[in-house]
Amino acid sequence: MNIDEAFGIHEQALKLKARRAEVLAGNIANADTPGYKARDFDFHQMLRQQMPRMDRMQVTQTGHIQAEAGIVPAGQMAYRVPLQPSLDGNSVDTQLEHSAFASNALEYQASLRFLSGNIRKLLTAIKGQ
Amino acid sequence: MSMLKIFDTAGTGMTAQSLRLNLVASNMANVDNVSSSIEQTYRARHPVFSALFNQFNPDDPAVGVGVKGVIESQTALKMEYAPNHPLADTDGYIYRSNVDLAEEMANMISASRSYQSNVEVVNSAKQLLSATLRLGE
Repeated sequence: MNIDEAFGIHEQALKLKARRAEVLAGNIANADTPGYKARDFDFHQMLRQQMPRMDRMQVTQTGHIQAEAGIVPAGQMAYRVPLQPSLDGNSVDTQLEHSAFASNALEYQASLRFLSGNIRKLLTAIKGQ
Repeated sequence: MSMLKIFDTAGTGMTAQSLRLNLVASNMANVDNVSSSIEQTYRARHPVFSALFNQFNPDDPAVGVGVKGVIESQTALKMEYAPNHPLADTDGYIYRSNVDLAEEMANMISASRSYQSNVEVVNSAKQLLSATLRLGE
């Protein structure tokens, strides 16, 4: 077993959830900015895209930089469709952003739990007790 | 570490909302301001917010909110005929500020709610970050 792959999907998931928290924080900060359009991305789709290692960018030359997981290209960032569009062009729904932020935080903690479990498992294997 | 950027984002939000609250306080304090000419009269002040973007990736979502500037309300001032007023001009008129109390109250509530939202975001991010620091313990 490769120790790099011991954490499985959770490493990518954690990075994506941290990014999503950032995007949602940007939305909440701009709740009163005229003309601001709320952004978000599809977590599951992004995870599916970043998961298969074969599709990831390969480092074949010394000058290449490894594509980092957890980076969401701007093209994948969608705009939220407002339920009640406001007159100043702002499409942030504070309640919606808050609930998205809270559920994202919970999911982040779940990923942390899974990672902790994996680390504990590895430690048990290393110590043999 | 990307979680740390949330503190900056929410920080800009709190700065912007506290400036808005400051302006509301200034407007409310000057609601009964009287003067003898149009130029000297206090006009209601409002902040202009604009989203801040990463200068290298302008297509990415906003990284915070900035205050572009403060504008003075162009609503007409209230002219009042009061020849006995010590500040009356030669025609006997005084000018009252154009602060709308109802508007300012609504602004105050909105600003304090938005400020609280940003504080909540900071608190959640802090919890997540400290949980991440304890990872593997």
